Amino acid sequence: MAPPTSTPTLTRRPAGTDDGAPRVKEPRQGAFARAVRRNLTAHAFLIGAVLCFGFFSWYPMVREVVLAFQKTENGVVSWAGWSNFVYVFNDPDFALAWRNTALFTLLALLLGFVVPFVIALVLNEFRHARGYLRLLVYLPVMLPPVASVLLFKYFYDPGHGLFNRLLELFGLPAQQWLQSSDTAMLSLVIASTWMNMGGACLIYLAALQTIPGELYEAAELDGAGLLRKIWHVTIPQTRLILSLLFLMQIIATMQVFTEPFLLTGGAGPEGSTTTVVHLIYQYAFNFNNYGAAAALGLVLLVVLAGFSAAYVRLNRAEQE
Amino acid sequence: MTTRTLISPARLSRPRGRILYWTVLFLVVAVFTLVFIGPLYWMVTSGLKDTEEFARIPPTLVPDAVHPGNYGEAWQVMELSQLLFNTLYYAFGALAFQLVLDVAAAYSLSKLRPVLGKAILGAMLVTLMIPATVLVVPQYLTVLDLPVFERNLLNTPWVIWLPSVTNAFNIFLLKRFFDSIPRELLDAAAIDGASPMRTLRSVVLPISRPILGVVSIFAVVGVWKDFLWPMLALPDPGKQTLNVGIYSLASGVPENWLLAALAMASLPTLILFLIFQRNIMSGLTAGGLKG
Repeated sequence: MAPPTSTPTLTRRPAGTDDGAPRVKEPRQGAFARAVRRNLTAHAFLIGAVLCFGFFSWYPMVREVVLAFQKTENGVVSWAGWSNFVYVFNDPDFALAWRNTALFTLLALLLGFVVPFVIALVLNEFRHARGYLRLLVYLPVMLPPVASVLLFKYFYDPGHGLFNRLLELFGLPAQQWLQSSDTAMLSLVIASTWMNMGGACLIYLAALQTIPGELYEAAELDGAGLLRKIWHVTIPQTRLILSLLFLMQIIATMQVFTEPFLLTGGAGPEGSTTTVVHLIYQYAFNFNNYGAAAALGLVLLVVLAGFSAAYVRLNRAEQE
Repeated sequence: MTTRTLISPARLSRPRGRILYWTVLFLVVAVFTLVFIGPLYWMVTSGLKDTEEFARIPPTLVPDAVHPGNYGEAWQVMELSQLLFNTLYYAFGALAFQLVLDVAAAYSLSKLRPVLGKAILGAMLVTLMIPATVLVVPQYLTVLDLPVFERNLLNTPWVIWLPSVTNAFNIFLLKRFFDSIPRELLDAAAIDGASPMRTLRSVVLPISRPILGVVSIFAVVGVWKDFLWPMLALPDPGKQTLNVGIYSLASGVPENWLLAALAMASLPTLILFLIFQRNIMSGLTAGGLKG
């Protein structure tokens, strides 16, 4: 298995020299054979992961595109042209699902983007109990989603749920929460923010700690108050990480599935929580219409691709 | 830890500043405890109540009578031991596959640098840009009838283990860490006559413990928290994960039992978190960003 180790003088430098022809100071004879053997070893290390990617990532990616242009009738598969897309675009649920997904994303950004940042800002000021508070914020992330989701289902119960008790305590009117089309989406977003914001909080917190203190001192000399310090120092200094998480939030929330599926059965009252991914799920697993599911999947992919590309570009900027 | 932040230390050390600081700190600690521990407390104690007390309005803060038996009943009726075993089996199997295959791949891409290595890495990273939920449908059809092998993987552990290897993010993390290991160290091992496998085992892996820890935790937690994929790929009730199993039994059992079951299902990852919190948190922020 092990290749001969008689060539310790490889002085390859990275970047661009992946041609498998290392500079070898020994007799030229055998250099090619060694390069072949070296490559074989390297590929032997890679093969397991590559096969998994091939079967479970790359092949499904191709298949997704193929499926979108095929239809199955009575077990016979044939090319369908754009008919799957036409079907999907004409489905009355299409517009509804996109509207709901956009609404969810917007609300999730308002809550899930702003709240963690504010929490991180506040935690960063503390000199005590910081470890404890950080632990608390991240706690829900570690819970299995059924647990957190079913807990919220109880809290949202209009009859004897905890939230209505709380509202009552403050003299506010009781809400229908998940059972009314007006509040179902908001309820989803609150639950999902509680479940998922821990990661963002910790990342912001880490970013805040890299801001040089002198900047705040300089701002104070210029007479800046608290809000202006945040606006002119904190936000510009964390701009990159903020925009990265902003894009990541959009990408993640537009794919929301588990929370509505578990909390409102997916569609919710009057379809008010039908999301795009839930529609894909319905096409595929309720109606066995894989073509429509794949077509809608491609549409979602194209929409998200823009955000993904921006994310990758920003991420690269951050790595440098 | 004494870096300068938003509020100036001078202001904080004034009496008024100090009072304000402690008031806000106390409030935040109280509110956070309520918001984040409160639900867990409610879950655990509701599991201890009997059905009559559970339904009582207003709910009791501390159970009048404690019924730890609920936990036993839920464990039995919902066959939690089976579900727990399944989940552990899937999670640690996935961990093993990821540790072996992803580490080997990252090592090869970082240090052995074969022909086409860059292209392969690129193709792996591209999968990060494809929304996972878009791929669920073709992935499902693929495991129904795996090409070449012509096997139906549904209801087998492979359906969790093998796709878990396609975690490009972990490969990226590992590769970036391996990249930071000085070339000289590996060359020295090669001069001493170590094969690539031996170098990996005796030189690279021992240095890489921190990143391996992070990757392992994410691997286990990933399987533990996944819902849609195991629900589709493991329809057999005897093969299900905790998440899916409890969800599908949720409407058929008394609510106090259900809450007891949820409390038990939450415990393993919470314990994992409390033990490894430092690794998890540093991995989260140092390893970059993950959705």
